[in-house]
This record gives sequence, structure tokens and C-alpha cells, in this order.
Amino acid sequence: MSSSTWEIITSALPQIITAAINYTIPLTLISFVLGLLLALITAMVRLSPLRGPFQIVRGLFWGYVWLFRSTPLLVQLFIVFFGLPNMGIQFSPWTAAIITFTLNVGAYSSETIRAAILSIPNGQWEAALTLGMTRRQVLFRIILPQAVRVSLPPLSNSFIGLVKDTSLASSITIVEMFTVGQQISARTYEPLLLYSLVALIYLVICTVLTILQGYLEKWTSRYVPTQH
Amino acid sequence: MLQLEHVNKIYGERHALNDINIAFPEHKTTVIVGPSGSGKSTLLRSLNLLERPESGLYHFDDLNVDFSKTVPEKEILQIRRQTGMVFQNFNLFPHLSVLRNVTEAPIHVLKQSPAAATSTAKGLLAQVGLAEKADQFPTALSGGQQQRVAIARALAMKPKYMFFDEPTSALDPELEAEVLRVLLKLAQEHNSMIVVTHNMEFARGVADQIIFLEDGEILYSGDPQTFFTEPTARIHDFLSAMNFMIK
Repeated sequence: MSSSTWEIITSALPQIITAAINYTIPLTLISFVLGLLLALITAMVRLSPLRGPFQIVRGLFWGYVWLFRSTPLLVQLFIVFFGLPNMGIQFSPWTAAIITFTLNVGAYSSETIRAAILSIPNGQWEAALTLGMTRRQVLFRIILPQAVRVSLPPLSNSFIGLVKDTSLASSITIVEMFTVGQQISARTYEPLLLYSLVALIYLVICTVLTILQGYLEKWTSRYVPTQH
Repeated sequence: MLQLEHVNKIYGERHALNDINIAFPEHKTTVIVGPSGSGKSTLLRSLNLLERPESGLYHFDDLNVDFSKTVPEKEILQIRRQTGMVFQNFNLFPHLSVLRNVTEAPIHVLKQSPAAATSTAKGLLAQVGLAEKADQFPTALSGGQQQRVAIARALAMKPKYMFFDEPTSALDPELEAEVLRVLLKLAQEHNSMIVVTHNMEFARGVADQIIFLEDGEILYSGDPQTFFTEPTARIHDFLSAMNFMIK
């Protein structure tokens, strides 16, 4: 490796890592936490047995999931950031990114959580209900703690997916990792090197998350006797 | 006192409960028997509103439920808090330790202090012979042990009535015996119990009242002595079929 290559690496790497710390990571964390909350609410609304006017609410949440799973994330970002100002609704790049990522990851994760709740045997509901618990108590004390274990692998998929999807925020003027790589590559004419460096940092972040997922799975499965 | 009047439950074409009129006296054990699909479980599960019959009246002490109307959530909770249920498949909460399975509802439903609930739970677990299993997860226990925990869990709510829905049908004979011993003791202590079972020996031994159900209809209700003298041809056929190995 030539000394100039080393120079590029040593000067580019801190800039890329800084972008990761300032943008990629917070964007992912904030959107995922808010998205999970939205996903939980969406799953609960869609599973609620309530009838009457509540069915309209359920329909709205169904529509939300349908809309955000059926359109590309990049198009959603563009509509929120570049499109909505036409209607007088203007967001900063940060706000637009967080809103879009939250809504997108919330739609996918709501299906994960809904499936996990449905996977818990009906006998668990019945046993808890006959002990006099309210539906809310059964859900939060008996069903969701078990559903966490079931939903952990697919939710980790969404989380890791979101880390990489934040690179799309570059298209709405956010100077995250990918944008930084792009800028340095344009200056140094070293696209292979720069984009590889960017990929490497994504790889490191996602590896850490994969290891974390392993620990969480072990912990949430502690009551399951044998793991195959 | 629990009492049903003209209770009907229909699944599609099938009359699962057909004009049921019966009382379940306090401090007595009522055993419900009958062939598979006769409506035994449906009858039991109507008593804690896991099943909702279409019509009929249900009297629980001073509480009167009309099944043809919407039953208020408050009344459902009130009934469930005074009745305990033991299921065929145990249905323990796998993510909670044995002890917490027993303390969960007393703490969060009855609002007992954790210390009080824990001490009650430990007493109940000792009573069913499982004091040393308190800190284990349910999956580490045998079927018979799980069912005994389930009984302790239901008893911890100090219910007026205990319902058992085929509590030993998922167990092999040895494990069945250890669960039946617990049930026998509860019956001898004059708890108010309603038991659905296929075990005729047990029915003969503990029942104060026997209900024989077929196609959703009560064909016999009364004392066990008379029942086992096979007063009708149908009861004769049923009991013979249950005992064919001995004869």
C-alpha cells in the first residue's frame, strides 16, 4: 500500500466515524425506538377485538401499514422532505428523516410484533384471564414478555436493516457516513477505497448489533429448556 | 351457590349445551362425566365465561348474569376472581418461575404485597409437595408437577369455587395419581369443586354430585351411588365402555 493511500485512510476514517456518531447511529437509534413504540401500538390496535367505531381506527392502522410497506423508502423520504413543502408542511432534514424512518420501520415491525403475539398459545390468555386479570394485564404481564423472545430475531433484522437504510438520508442533504465517503472520494479519486471504508464501518456497527442480538436471545430464552 | 337456568350454547349446527338446568352446591364436589364432545368442557367454561352461551341465566351468589345480553366486563372479572381454573394442559406461564406463577395474580389482581403473596405461595407449594421447586422454570418440571403448580396458582386467589377441566388427561397413570391425591385432599377439605374427568374411579371416590352429559344434555344429575348402579341403559353402556378392560 502506498503512503498516499495510508494518508487518505487516516484522514478519511475519522471523518467517516464522526459522521457515523453524529448521524448514522443517532438517526438509527431514535427512529428504531420511536418505530418500535409505533409498531407496538399498531399491532395492539390491529389485534384488538373491539367493535363499533373502533373498527375505523383499526382500518386506519391497516392502511398505514399497507402504505408504508408498499412504497419504496427512498420515495417516502422524497415525499416527506421535498414533496410536503408544496402543501405548506416543511421539515428540517433531520425531522424528515426521523419521521420517515420511524413510520417505515414501524410498519414492518408491527407485523413482526403482531405475529409474535399471535404465536403465544391461547391457553396463556385463558389461564391469565381465569386468574382475574384484565386484557391489558394479560397482554403486558403474560403475552408480551413471551412475544419478545419470538420477535427478537425478526426485529433484529429490521434494526440492522435500518442502520443501512439511513444511508438514504444522504439524498435529503444529511451528511451521514455515505455522504462523507462520497465527498472524500470525489476529492481523492479513490472510490473503491472510500466506499470500502464506508462499508467497513457499516459492517462493524452491524457486527456489534449481531453479537448483541445473540446475548439478548440467550437472555430472553432462559426459560426454554433446550435450544436446537 | 352457582346455578344455571335454561342455558343454551350453539356452535353452528351443533347444540353444545341444550337447556342446562343445574346447581353446584357449595363445599361439595360435583363431577361432570360423559363421552367426548358431550359438552362437559363447554359447560365448565361457561361458568367462568371463557365460553359465552347464547341464552339462559347464571346465578353466582347474588350476581345474576343473563347470557342473552352483553355481560359487563366488571361482572366477568368479578366471577373470574372468585373462581379458579385448572386446565388439561396446565397452561403455566413459562417465562415466570414456579413461585412467580403462583404470586403473579395475587400481587397484580388482588394487590397483595409481594411479601404476603410470596409467603402464601410458598405454603401452597409445600401443600402440593413442590416447595423445593419454587425457583425453577415450569419447563423443568414433570407434567404432574406442573399440574400441581397450576392448582397452587389457582388456590392462591382463594377462589370460592375451583374448576378442573380434565386435569389429568394429559398425564400418564403415575403422574395422574399424584395430581388426583391433591384433588382428593381438596375435596375432603370441603372445597367447592367442579371437576370434568374421564376417571370413573376418581368420580366414584370424590363426587358428592355427578352430572352425566351427552350431546349437550344432562341425562343424569344426582348422587354417585345411584349413578354407579347404572339406573339407565345409556349410563350402563357408558360405564361399560369406560371399564371394558376390567370386565
